[in-house]
Amino acid sequence: MSQQRQSPGAGRAAGERLAVDWIACDGRGLCAELLPERVGLDEWGYPVLEGQALTADLLPDARRAVAACPKLALRLQPC
Amino acid sequence: MTAPQALVEERILTQGAGTGKYRDLDVHLAEHGPVPSTPGPALVTLVEQSGLTGRGGAGFPTARKLAAVAAGSAPVVVANGAEGEPASSKDRVLLSYAPHLVLDGLQLACRAVGAAQAYVYVHEGPLVAHLENLVRARARRGVDVVVPTVVAAPARFISGQETAVVSAINAGPALPTSAAQPVYVKGVDRRPTLVQNVETLAHLALLARHGASWFRGAGTEREPGTMLCTISGAVASPGVVEVPIGTDIADLLERAGGPSSRLGAVLVGGYHGAWLPAPTAAELAMSVAGLRDAGASPGAGVLVALGADSCGLVETARAVGYLAQESARQCGPCMNGLPAMAHALGELARARPTPGLADRVQALALAVDKRGACHHPDGTVRLVRSALRVFAAEVRSHQGGRCGATDLRPVLPVPAPMAGPR
Amino acid sequence: MVTGSALWYLSRGTGVLSLVLLTLVIVLGALTRGGRSLPGLPRFAVAGLHRNLSLLSVAFLAVHITTAVIDPYVTLRWVDVVVPFGASYQPLWVGLGALSLDLMIAMVVTSLVRRRIGHRAWHAVHALVYLSWPVALVHTFMLGPDVNSGLQRWLAVGCVLASVTALGSRLLSTPAPIAVPDRAPWPSAAAPGAGMNETVHRTTTEVMS
Repeated sequence: MSQQRQSPGAGRAAGERLAVDWIACDGRGLCAELLPERVGLDEWGYPVLEGQALTADLLPDARRAVAACPKLALRLQPC
Repeated sequence: MTAPQALVEERILTQGAGTGKYRDLDVHLAEHGPVPSTPGPALVTLVEQSGLTGRGGAGFPTARKLAAVAAGSAPVVVANGAEGEPASSKDRVLLSYAPHLVLDGLQLACRAVGAAQAYVYVHEGPLVAHLENLVRARARRGVDVVVPTVVAAPARFISGQETAVVSAINAGPALPTSAAQPVYVKGVDRRPTLVQNVETLAHLALLARHGASWFRGAGTEREPGTMLCTISGAVASPGVVEVPIGTDIADLLERAGGPSSRLGAVLVGGYHGAWLPAPTAAELAMSVAGLRDAGASPGAGVLVALGADSCGLVETARAVGYLAQESARQCGPCMNGLPAMAHALGELARARPTPGLADRVQALALAVDKRGACHHPDGTVRLVRSALRVFAAEVRSHQGGRCGATDLRPVLPVPAPMAGPR
Repeated sequence: MVTGSALWYLSRGTGVLSLVLLTLVIVLGALTRGGRSLPGLPRFAVAGLHRNLSLLSVAFLAVHITTAVIDPYVTLRWVDVVVPFGASYQPLWVGLGALSLDLMIAMVVTSLVRRRIGHRAWHAVHALVYLSWPVALVHTFMLGPDVNSGLQRWLAVGCVLASVTALGSRLLSTPAPIAVPDRAPWPSAAAPGAGMNETVHRTTTEVMS
């Protein structure tokens, strides 16, 4: 365990991923600003999610993104 | 009553259907007898043994649906006859010729899940009043334990989607919702709701009378029974036929009078289905298992034959234009991406030699696939991808500014654009 | 012990400050309505600014209310803070303050439980700020004795102008339209496929006659 050189949280899957409520989503883009590692934007401004599970180090930013969505369209769900 | 047996297996669309006369209650009772009194749990077991799957396009095992809804309290049953697919008429034909089979099936489904509330959901039009009269007549004769309410829906493509059905019955718009829980947990009036295609209910009405082994007497091991198919396009007598599941597509085309010209391709499964080259399609069985490897599925039993002189790209562009119009416009990728795809396909269909059109269509397809609250974008993408694959030669010549088709009469039915609110 | 007049000045000062901050919050909210952003700032930063300014406004409001109640110069009970129009001192104007506070409390509480009540309910209560603000403004005008003098007057006028402009532009504007690419007409008319009409569509009307 002490051989691990990367930061403790990186690489470990957190068992959760992001999901979008497409009807509520308005393409505001705050999620992409707060979690660019996992959320991109399509040509119309709507989120494109990387499908894989979030790693533990990304989880705090993911939670921030979920809280910041003005339409409550982003949520965390178990994989 | 003796179970229907025939060389060409016809159970729902029996002899009388061919005469074009609707079978009223007396004819129905004379032919099929009264609704069986099998108790609810036994009905669920019977359906499970029979292997009945949904006939609305998804093909979900009916017994599993019944069990899921029966597990909830105060459930509701909906007979879904809102046939939004323009190339499909089977539900309309069924409700016109043999509505009492559907209404019997509705009673049985209510008993199977323990529901005291039922609905019949159809597009607005003459069917609504017709069904209301039938429901009243059955109530007067004491045929129905649960008297259903007939609900009229706007005649749009998306009106028959499961969550749209529930939304409309809940006095909302007939549009899909992104509800947190599936309808079999929380649906009409926040109660567990069984939404079943009208053809599935008709099969239920028959198998309750004749048993599981009778039902399994037609069709395949994994997909037993018969199905209603709507066959149109370049065939001599387009219409609705009833066939055992797993019938070869070539035989199906023969049942519709055979091809009226040399065929180039066949659209299988409707506007959310896939194109197949005609020689390939002819040898495939019209079943989920038979079509899976070819990247298609029977859907709601729709086949449209395309003559070799017609242009598959023009037809696909017309269909996608319609599908773009029919977007519920609730989700960004769909309401932006589908019209963009339709526009690009239109340019390609017109053989505008703009470079990169086909790539643009593919990119848009990737952008909208699985990014919506319902499967409207996914189904449209499936149609588009199959078109670019099957009509690859046409794509090349169109990009070069040429279209080789000689027959430009429209084949796929595309309703005129509707105005007004949903 | 803090003298009465110190409390009085503190109360008035924090009250005006709270109102100015609330005005800024409303202007910011109106400028970024419908998802518009401020140039150069990421949207999450603007949203954060909006939230922090409103919390700051509430913080000053809390000091304003507390100092007003404990100030021996005017007799205000704690109940008069939330139940309007029952105070012995200036019941009407103080009551408007209590009304404005009640609305602010509703907004803060619904914002805390936003996820549970859903966006529609949250937004409906949030719109009450357009009532809370003018009520607070009248409360400020009528209770501030030197509102007609110099700086305070210009401050008050500025607040009114900013909010009226923001509110007006919000009411008059339509939401930013979503760009839908045009749909070109098709080479042939959108007619149903040939052959479909004959056998199949001859269903209900014929059959029911």
